[in-house]
Amino acid sequence: MEVLAYLIPAALFLGLLGLGAFIWSLKSGQYDDLDGAARRILIDDDSRP
Amino acid sequence: MNHFDASPAIQTGCCPGAGLASMAIEVQDVAANNTADILPINDPSSYVIHGEDGQDRLHLFVDGIHCAGCIKAIEGAVALVSGVSAARLNVSTRRLYLAWEAGKVEPVDLLQRISARGYGLIPFDPAVVAAHDETQARTLLTAMAVAGFAAANVMLLSVAIWAGADWDMGPATRGFFHWVSALIALPAIAYAGQPFFRAALGALRHRRLNMDVPISLAVILAAAMSLYQTVLGGTHAYFDAAVTLLFFLLVGRYLDGQTRARARAAAENLIAMTVVPARVIDADGIEHSMPIGQVPVGALVAVSVGGRIPVDGTVVDGASDVDTALVTGETVPCAVRPGANVYAGTLNLTGPITVRSLIEPENSVLSEIVRSMEAAEQGRAKYVRLADRAAQVYAPAVHLLGLLTFIGWMVFTDAGWEVAMMAAIAVLIITCPCALALAVPAVQVCASGLLMRRGILLKTSDGLERIARIDTVVFDKTGTLTHGQPTLRADREHDDAALRQAARLARHSGHPLSRALSRAAGDNHGVVATDIIEEPGFGLQGCIDGREARLGHREWCGVAESIADCAAEDGDMELWFSLQGEPPVRFAFTDTLLDDAADTVRALKAMSIDVRLLSGDLGPAVHRAAQALGIENWQAETRPDGKVDHLNELKAAGRHVLMVGDGMNDAPALAAGFASMSPADASEIAQTAADAVIQGRRRMTVVDAIRTARIADRLVKQNFALALLYNTMAIPLAVSGLATPLIAAVAMSTSSVLVSLNAVRLRWLVRGEA
Repeated sequence: MEVLAYLIPAALFLGLLGLGAFIWSLKSGQYDDLDGAARRILIDDDSRP
Repeated sequence: MNHFDASPAIQTGCCPGAGLASMAIEVQDVAANNTADILPINDPSSYVIHGEDGQDRLHLFVDGIHCAGCIKAIEGAVALVSGVSAARLNVSTRRLYLAWEAGKVEPVDLLQRISARGYGLIPFDPAVVAAHDETQARTLLTAMAVAGFAAANVMLLSVAIWAGADWDMGPATRGFFHWVSALIALPAIAYAGQPFFRAALGALRHRRLNMDVPISLAVILAAAMSLYQTVLGGTHAYFDAAVTLLFFLLVGRYLDGQTRARARAAAENLIAMTVVPARVIDADGIEHSMPIGQVPVGALVAVSVGGRIPVDGTVVDGASDVDTALVTGETVPCAVRPGANVYAGTLNLTGPITVRSLIEPENSVLSEIVRSMEAAEQGRAKYVRLADRAAQVYAPAVHLLGLLTFIGWMVFTDAGWEVAMMAAIAVLIITCPCALALAVPAVQVCASGLLMRRGILLKTSDGLERIARIDTVVFDKTGTLTHGQPTLRADREHDDAALRQAARLARHSGHPLSRALSRAAGDNHGVVATDIIEEPGFGLQGCIDGREARLGHREWCGVAESIADCAAEDGDMELWFSLQGEPPVRFAFTDTLLDDAADTVRALKAMSIDVRLLSGDLGPAVHRAAQALGIENWQAETRPDGKVDHLNELKAAGRHVLMVGDGMNDAPALAAGFASMSPADASEIAQTAADAVIQGRRRMTVVDAIRTARIADRLVKQNFALALLYNTMAIPLAVSGLATPLIAAVAMSTSSVLVSLNAVRLRWLVRGEA
C-alpha cells in the first residue's frame, strides 16, 4: 500500500492542474460570451473583411 | 447630430458570410429584433472613457445582431481602421466594446461605419450597468469548480473506504484516506461555502431563517465532526457528503443567478435604447449633449423630428405635433406651438422644436409617475417566494429534529456524545434542503430559457411564481392590444382617386396619420406633390397637377362645421383632403387591433381567466375594441391613478391580477398588479415596472407565459413533494443512527438528481400543451 503515498498526491496534482486551468480560463474571460463563441466558429478567418 | 436611417432590407440581409448553418440557428432570434426603426446615432463623446494609457474606450449596445455574419460585419467594420486597438462584440449581452488610440480616431466615424451596415448603436456608461453581476457570476463559477474538484476527489477516496470496509482495508489506510479527504475538503468548504455562509449570516442578523442557515450548519457541523473523527481515527467521516452537498447547491445557485442576469441584461439593453442624451443649447448657441438628469432648469433643449422630448417644459421655438401615446395612452397626436407645455417622454413628430426646461428632471411628470409606481410596488414586495415560505417552516423543523435526536440519544442511551452528535449530523445532512434549494432554480432555469426563446424576458426572480397564480388579466388598449398607430378604416367610404391624390401629399410628412394614409394608398400613387408646406398642428399644403391641395385638420381644409360635426360622431381620428375645385373628402383612421389579440383573449377565457380592458383612450374607440375582442368588462378615459384604483379594487376582492400595458400611464398599474408584463416597444418606465417583457407583436405570448408558469409551478410543487417524501423515508434511518456516510451521500445525490430530472420534464410538458 506504500504506493498510495505516491499515487494519491500524483492524482491530486493532476486534478489541481485541471482546476487551475479552469480558473485561468474563467479569469481570462472565456466564459463571458458563450453565445458569441458558439457563433464565431462559423466565421471563416481566411477572408478577413 | 448625425441621423442615419438604415432600411430594413439592410438589416435583415445581414448574413452574407454566415452560411446556412447560422441562419438556421438564428430563426428563433429574429423575433427579438422587431424594432423596425433604427435609432439615430447620438454623439457618443460624453460616453468615451479616456484611459491613462492613451487609449480611449467606448461601450455600446448593438441592436439587430442575428448571427455569425453580424459579428463579422460589426467587428470587421471598425477593426481595420487605423488606430483602433480593440473591437469586441459580446453576443450574449449584445454589447460592443471599442478601444482606440486617443486622438487618432473620431468615435462618430466608427459608429457611422457600423450604423451604415444596418445596426442600431447606443453608447452607455459601463459603470451604470450592473458590473457586479459579472464578478458575482465568476465567483460562483469558481466556487463551483473548486467544490466540483473536491467532491470528485473526496468521493473517489470515499468509495475506496466504503469498499474497504467490507474487505480488508486496515485502520491505517483508512486513517490515511480520511486525512487526505480532510486536506481536500476543508479548504474547499472554507472557500466554496462562502456564498452560503454569508447569506446565512445576513439572514440571522435580520433574525430570519432561510435555506442557507440549515445548509451552512449542516456543512460546518459535518466537516467539524468528520475532522474530529479523523483525529481520533474513527470509522465514519462525512467529508464526501459535505462537499457534494455544496457542489449541488452551487450548481443550483449558479443557474439561478445566470438566468436572472441574462434576462436583466436584455431588459437593460431595451431600456438603454430609449435613453437618449438631451441636446442642450448654451448661451453661444452651441449644442452639447448632456445626460437627461443633468439638464438644469431654464436650459434650452433642442428636439429634432422623431426625437423624444427629454424634459418637461414649454416650447419656445418651432411648431410640431407631439405623440403623447406613451404618456397618456391617446393615439391622436396633439399640436404644439411656442408657449405650449410638453412632457418628458413624449415623441416629437413633425417639426424641430426648442424647449425651455421648466422643472428639474426629478420633479417632472415622469418622476411623479415613478414615485406613484414605487408606492404601488410596496404591496408587491410583501410577496414571499415559495422556496422561502417552505424554508420558514422547514428550517426550524430540521433544526428541532437534529436537536431532539441529539437529546434523545443522550437521554435514552449511554452511547456517549460522539454517537449522539453523529446521529444529529446525519439528520441535518439527510434533511438538508439540497433538493429544495435545487427544486426551484432547476425549474426556473428551464422555464425562463423556454420563455426567452418564445420572446418573453423574465425580469424578476419571483415573477414566474406570481404569473402562475393569476386569475384576472387587465389589458391596456393602445400599443398593447393594438398596433399603437392609426390605419385607414377600410370600411368607411372614400374615393380611391382622392386617396391616391391625398397620398401624393401625405408622403411628404412624418405625421402618423399621413404615414397611415400613404401606406393605405400603396406605393404607386404617382409623383409627390410639389411646393409642399407643412404647418405643424394643421396640415400640409401643396400643388398637385397645378391645383392647390390641402390635407389636414378640418379647419385647414375649410370644411363647414355642419358637415364636420355629423362626420365626427364615430370618434375616429380624421384627416380632411381638399383639392381646388372639388368638395373636401374625409379619411377616417382607427388604431387597429393586433392580429392575434382576439385569439389571445379567447385563449385566456378558455383558461377561465377574467379578461378586462382599461384604457386612457376615448370611449367610442375603447368600446369598439372591446366589442371586437369579446371583452365585457371595459373602462375608457381612465387616468393612471384610476387604473391603480381599479386594480386595488380587484385585489381587495381577492383577485390575482396580471396587468399588461405599455404606456407611462400604465406604469403605476403595472407595479400595483400582482404580476405584470409589458411589450418590448413600451416606454422604458413601463418595462422597468413589469415582471416580464414581451418581444414581438404576438400577444399569444401572454398565454404562453401563463401556461408555462402554471406548469412550472406544478413541477416545483412536485419537486418539493419528492424531496419531502425522500426525507421522510431517510429521517428514521438517520435518527436511529443507522445512516452511514454511504447512505447519506447516496440519499442526498439521488434526491438532487431526481429533482433536476423532473425539472427537465417542463420542456415536454409545455410542448404537449401548446
